[in-house]
Amino acid sequence: MISLSGVAAQFTELALAVLLAPLLTGWVNQCRAWLQNRSAPPLLQPYRVLNKLFQKEVVLAYGASPLFRVAPYLIFGCLCAAAAIVPTLGTDLPLNAAADAIALVGLLALARMFIALAGMDVGTAFGTLGARREMLVGFLAEPALLMVLFTASLISNSTSLATIAATLAHKEFVIHPSLAFAGVAFTMVSLAENARIPVDNPATHLELTMIHEAMVLEYSGRHLAMIEWAASLKLFVYSCIGLVLFFPFGIASGGDWLGLVLALPALLGKLALGGALLALIEMLSAKMRIFRAPEFLGTAFLLAVLAMLVHVLLER
Amino acid sequence: MTLLATPLHQVLALACAWLVLGALGLLRQDSVRWTTRILYPAGAIVGLALAIVALSAIFDPAAALVLPLGLPDLPFHARLDALSAFFLLLLGAVAAGVSVYAGGYFRQAQGTAPGLVCLYFHVFLASMALVMVADDAYFFMVAWETMALSSFFLVTCDHDQAEIRRAGYLYLLIAHIGAIAILLCFGALQAGAGDYTFENMRALQPTAAWATAAFLLALVGFGAKAGIVPLHVWLPEAHPAAPSPVSALLSAVMLKTAIYGLLRVTLDLIGSPLWWWGVVALVLGLVSALGGIVFAAVQTDMKRLLAYSSIENVGLIFAGFGLTLIFHGFGKGALAALALTATLYHCLNHAFYKSLLFLCTGSVLHATRERSLGRLGGLIRRMPWVAWCALIGTIAIAGLPPSNGFVSEWLLLQAFLFTPGLPQGYLNMLVPVAAAAVALTAALSGYVMVKFFGVVFLGQHREARLAEAHEAGIWERAGLAWLAAACIFLGLVPATVIGLLDPITRTLTGHGIGNFARGWLFLAPINAERASYSPILVFAVAALLVAAAWLGVRAFYHGRARRAAAWDCGFPDQNARMQDSAEGFGQPVRHVFEPFFRLEQHAPAPDDARPRFSESAEDRLWYWIYLPVARAVERLTALVTLLQRGRISVYLAYSFATLLALLLFAR
Repeated sequence: MISLSGVAAQFTELALAVLLAPLLTGWVNQCRAWLQNRSAPPLLQPYRVLNKLFQKEVVLAYGASPLFRVAPYLIFGCLCAAAAIVPTLGTDLPLNAAADAIALVGLLALARMFIALAGMDVGTAFGTLGARREMLVGFLAEPALLMVLFTASLISNSTSLATIAATLAHKEFVIHPSLAFAGVAFTMVSLAENARIPVDNPATHLELTMIHEAMVLEYSGRHLAMIEWAASLKLFVYSCIGLVLFFPFGIASGGDWLGLVLALPALLGKLALGGALLALIEMLSAKMRIFRAPEFLGTAFLLAVLAMLVHVLLER
Repeated sequence: MTLLATPLHQVLALACAWLVLGALGLLRQDSVRWTTRILYPAGAIVGLALAIVALSAIFDPAAALVLPLGLPDLPFHARLDALSAFFLLLLGAVAAGVSVYAGGYFRQAQGTAPGLVCLYFHVFLASMALVMVADDAYFFMVAWETMALSSFFLVTCDHDQAEIRRAGYLYLLIAHIGAIAILLCFGALQAGAGDYTFENMRALQPTAAWATAAFLLALVGFGAKAGIVPLHVWLPEAHPAAPSPVSALLSAVMLKTAIYGLLRVTLDLIGSPLWWWGVVALVLGLVSALGGIVFAAVQTDMKRLLAYSSIENVGLIFAGFGLTLIFHGFGKGALAALALTATLYHCLNHAFYKSLLFLCTGSVLHATRERSLGRLGGLIRRMPWVAWCALIGTIAIAGLPPSNGFVSEWLLLQAFLFTPGLPQGYLNMLVPVAAAAVALTAALSGYVMVKFFGVVFLGQHREARLAEAHEAGIWERAGLAWLAAACIFLGLVPATVIGLLDPITRTLTGHGIGNFARGWLFLAPINAERASYSPILVFAVAALLVAAAWLGVRAFYHGRARRAAAWDCGFPDQNARMQDSAEGFGQPVRHVFEPFFRLEQHAPAPDDARPRFSESAEDRLWYWIYLPVARAVERLTALVTLLQRGRISVYLAYSFATLLALLLFAR
């Protein structure tokens, strides 16, 4: 049942995700700098930052518990596992039998829970503030993401992400209006989940507005590096989910070696475009007050439910 | 030994053993050592034995028995089938952990004497076991009422406090409203035959109208016991009032007896449910789930928070049950089996993680004498054992992989995904909305549990005296470890556990959950192509990746660390009061779900010398339903006092008038 090419694709995908994730972050930052008419940091800047952080000593707050120390590795592990599930190159992935779309959302939620708990561990004002806001974003974004994935699951009659990708990429070309709603909802959710403008600002350390940065304020050295790496992995995973659901073209089907090789440039191209688009969206919007975030995410949630309704009512 | 030949005999003997242990508590009523060192551990062994007997009985064919007890011509009937065995397994396994814990918990005599608490405790356990084997309405009601009364006395253990007496009163009141509804339900089921055995009810085919009446009465009766909205108000009062092991049993097992009763009446005794009953149960369940978790988010008392979360979980169980009825009503047996499996699995999960968390709050309560979230914090450093057990419970109740809570959530969501394709157009529209509500509830429970764990165990101590909090004792830790291990086990090998549920779904819906072509490693209901999940693999991959990351960082870089003061953006005067309070952490939910609450705010004036801010979020239903009903009852009783003159001649005149009236009728 498990083929050699499947295992190879699985490992390549995982390695690719872990290694390319900082590059995607660097690319988005670069695009954003260009659009804002600033001089851009080098493309490889995130790797340099990681390297620097890994070399630095860890400064732990007094009273930080063991949970605080293990959390970065747990978060990183959860996001790696999530990255392994999402098909990026091929659809013949052994792990896809072990975890489906619901498990993917579960893994992302587990990572969020650990980062929020780690934020509360030292007991600083900003840490708990960030944790609370992160959970606020999470409890609306998570069901919305689940509904988006359900819409695709209903179309392909399976919650397995590989089957979803295979159905959407290789079946005859049918336009699904429900996917349009789902796409808008998904874009809004991924902006919120990845701490992007308009919900959060990845570049800010202005105390009262930050969400993600507030939680990880107490982290330093290798712990911070793991968290930052995990954050770029999260962006990578979300981008890949988006590609699977809305632009699955180019993904190899089954154990097709040539397809796998050809899928790589297709993936890189799509990611580059997606990253540029993300930078554009961030450029064109302004950061919201935190209390507008529930409205924004509530809209995303309703759109996602609407997508499911549209599918059930019109496309069956 | 022939007396103990069948599992049913063994179950009855074990229930009797519990009763005997309870009675032994009276021998040395005031001895803490006698109860905690001998009786509670013995009760735990009985619980374990019950679990083992029930486990082996799940695959046996149903066995019935007429007991030489009860009234003349009205003997007790007992019966053990797969459904009973499953709930007995749940009862035994949870009771084993809770009893061991109770051996460490009831260390000081306060309120009720220890011997009496021991009596109520074991009578409570025994009556729950008897509820699950009762096979006629009479025996069932006797066991049911014994359960209600013994638990009432347990809830009011500290009866010297007025609020606990009030909670006990409310609990007893709603328990009796429920009991009346259940009694009437059995009345509707026996259809005038005068034969109250379940055997007779099973054989009868009630008309649609009678069946509907019976179902609705059962929904009210068992819903009151399960804490379904709007009959949930007793739950957040009674659970915090009771000692923690009792709260654990109330929430973990007693609520499940209500689910058992509902399944028994609807799928076994009535036998042919109508699909729209399922819609009623589904909607009630979803309202309870969402309402429960939203209220849990704003609680400031850790046991109240867990009580509201119980309402949420029961709501999810009801939603699964409603889905079962819908599928069953449309003759989709395999899907009904899937929904029923999700329902039963969630019962099992909730029993373990909720008892685990209630026991953790008990240990916290012991160590700190504090129940209010606003005065806790940082306990992971003082009581790491309790904290890590609580973390397992937290992950499980939030429904995150690879815990057991995720398995039942996964099954339930899968059941929802199969729903489109029902012949009813409106239902197909309802289902995405219902699935969205389930997803929202699950995400909110993550929020609530981060609040619970974070505020109690993480951060700085909010009170200075928490620095002297002590770790739980060895008995308490043993109980916690047993329940935490059960949570992990149920999370990692779901396919094996579902094998246990197979006989139940086969007897109740006529179908199993489908093929297990991929073996014990994978959970693949209906069709492996459609969806499969393997918690062990997910867990192994994630653990490997975590280990690789940790080792890789050590190998390529270093593992040095240094301690310093917290950074917090350079703010120097940090103190524990600057952390989020429980109210603060719940504030976003209160903001988003404002219409759910009746908010009362008191904000100080700008020139207030001693400014105090207070805010309370209360249940609107209390003001919409309960207070008007209470007032109406008071008005009625005021009318009755018109008759009450306090003179014997007037009362004699009443008797005379009554006699005359009766004679007129009986003529």
